[in-house]
Amino acid sequence: MRLEDKLYLIGFKVDEVGGSHLAIKDKSTCLVCEMKQCLYVCPCGVYEIDEIKNEISINYDACVECGTCRVSCDDIDWRYPRGGFGVSYKFG
Amino acid sequence: MSDIKYDVAIVGAGPAGLSAAIVLAKAGVNVIVIERGRFPGAKNVMGGVFYTDCMKGIVEKFPNGAPVERHIVEQRMWMIDDESYVGFGHKNAKFDKEPYNCHTVFRAQFDKWLAKQATDAGALIVNQTVVTEPIMKDGKVVGIKTGRPEGDIKANCVIVADGVNSLMAKSLGFRTKLKKESVALAVKEIIGLDEKVINDRFNVTGGQGVTIEMTGSLFKGAEAMAFLYTNKKSVSLGVGMIIEDMIEHKINPNELIESLKKHPAISPLIAGGETKEYLAHMIPEGGYNDMPQLVGDGIMIAGDAATMVNAVHREGSNLAITSGKLAAQTYLEAAEEGDFSSASLSSYVDKLQESFVMSDLKKYKALPKLLQKNRQLLDKYPKLMNDAAFELLTVDGVSKQEKQKHIWKNMKQQIGFTNMLKDLYKIWRSVG
Repeated sequence: MRLEDKLYLIGFKVDEVGGSHLAIKDKSTCLVCEMKQCLYVCPCGVYEIDEIKNEISINYDACVECGTCRVSCDDIDWRYPRGGFGVSYKFG
Repeated sequence: MSDIKYDVAIVGAGPAGLSAAIVLAKAGVNVIVIERGRFPGAKNVMGGVFYTDCMKGIVEKFPNGAPVERHIVEQRMWMIDDESYVGFGHKNAKFDKEPYNCHTVFRAQFDKWLAKQATDAGALIVNQTVVTEPIMKDGKVVGIKTGRPEGDIKANCVIVADGVNSLMAKSLGFRTKLKKESVALAVKEIIGLDEKVINDRFNVTGGQGVTIEMTGSLFKGAEAMAFLYTNKKSVSLGVGMIIEDMIEHKINPNELIESLKKHPAISPLIAGGETKEYLAHMIPEGGYNDMPQLVGDGIMIAGDAATMVNAVHREGSNLAITSGKLAAQTYLEAAEEGDFSSASLSSYVDKLQESFVMSDLKKYKALPKLLQKNRQLLDKYPKLMNDAAFELLTVDGVSKQEKQKHIWKNMKQQIGFTNMLKDLYKIWRSVG
């Protein structure tokens, strides 16, 4: 089953106004990062390489707030989404 | 919110926060619970097994009226390899008698129900609100700041129960950062199946259920822990891995669970099922040695936020419920003296020490480090067991004596006899 189809099953309320609750503290760090683990450890594929800008892009609207990226990389500024936004599981 | 002063403010409406809220509200304490999700449970995930015993003193006649799925009558443990497993199981009619030992639950539904018990008892729960930091005065915690305008909440005491990521414990300086070598990520799918199909496939009837715990390397040679739990009309299939291992072995969690779904022992059990939800959650597996400071002036920490997880026995929510209850009892005692200082609240730690919570965490305190340093315990041994079982059970003209010799030779080559004895000794020291 494709990840895209799984993400479709999850309830999200995206904070269009507040924007991303995730950020990269220093993007120049990514350029010299060899593992680039954010690209594969995230269960929801939030982090992707933006080939044009040559940087990591963040699809925060697919984030389930697990915290794996935060534990994996010190360069990620990790916050909770604003109250009521983000993932909302049906089963849990 | 700023005008009212509460007796107790609780951060997080999970099992720890809600059990504290229920005990406090029942005792007539003015308690407020702040939850960032749209409803209590909206962001809460676990494998799915909830133990009954911890509900004593929280909810009478549990599980009456509670949204539980199946009571567990059989537990299977598998050492898993790429296309095989060696297993052990225990099914007992005693598990089929009330009060049941444990049930599978869905946390989004269970926590919502538990929150209802708290509000019925008189607690105030405010949803959709993020707690940003503690309010400090003269080095003491006197309340919490929220993301709402004028959202400061003053309280005599704050109970922090904001889960594994606990930004509160971090901002209080009570814990150093979470370590990638002692935190696991687990991903899970709820796979819908017909109730009768589940009953047939797992050899159960009525409300009975089965759990399967798996350990071994099932993807890219990295050691993983997996589980399959039966619900009424679905199974919860999940797999977890220490984050450091995921990084090292370049493992994507979705690929990991997809490979588990294709495993020949799993795939027939979920065949024809339809995935209803995909979930991810971290588990703090560092145990006793990773616990943060638990008490400060005007503050106590409970549940996952305090690393109260017994990974060996897949217990967490019962430790959370118990710690929340003990934190509440500590508050009630402290309130009699009107003293919420760290010294007064330190009886929370004493209570935890006297309970199974700290006793169990201490018992296994050496295990996380042992497994960190000795990955072969959960990786090579399951493989060797599977190879040995296959060889012994295959009839191919080779004598049993020859087979045994070969198995021993293989084991000695892979690990070495002395190392095997050392490993046995280490495990015995850690869990015995």
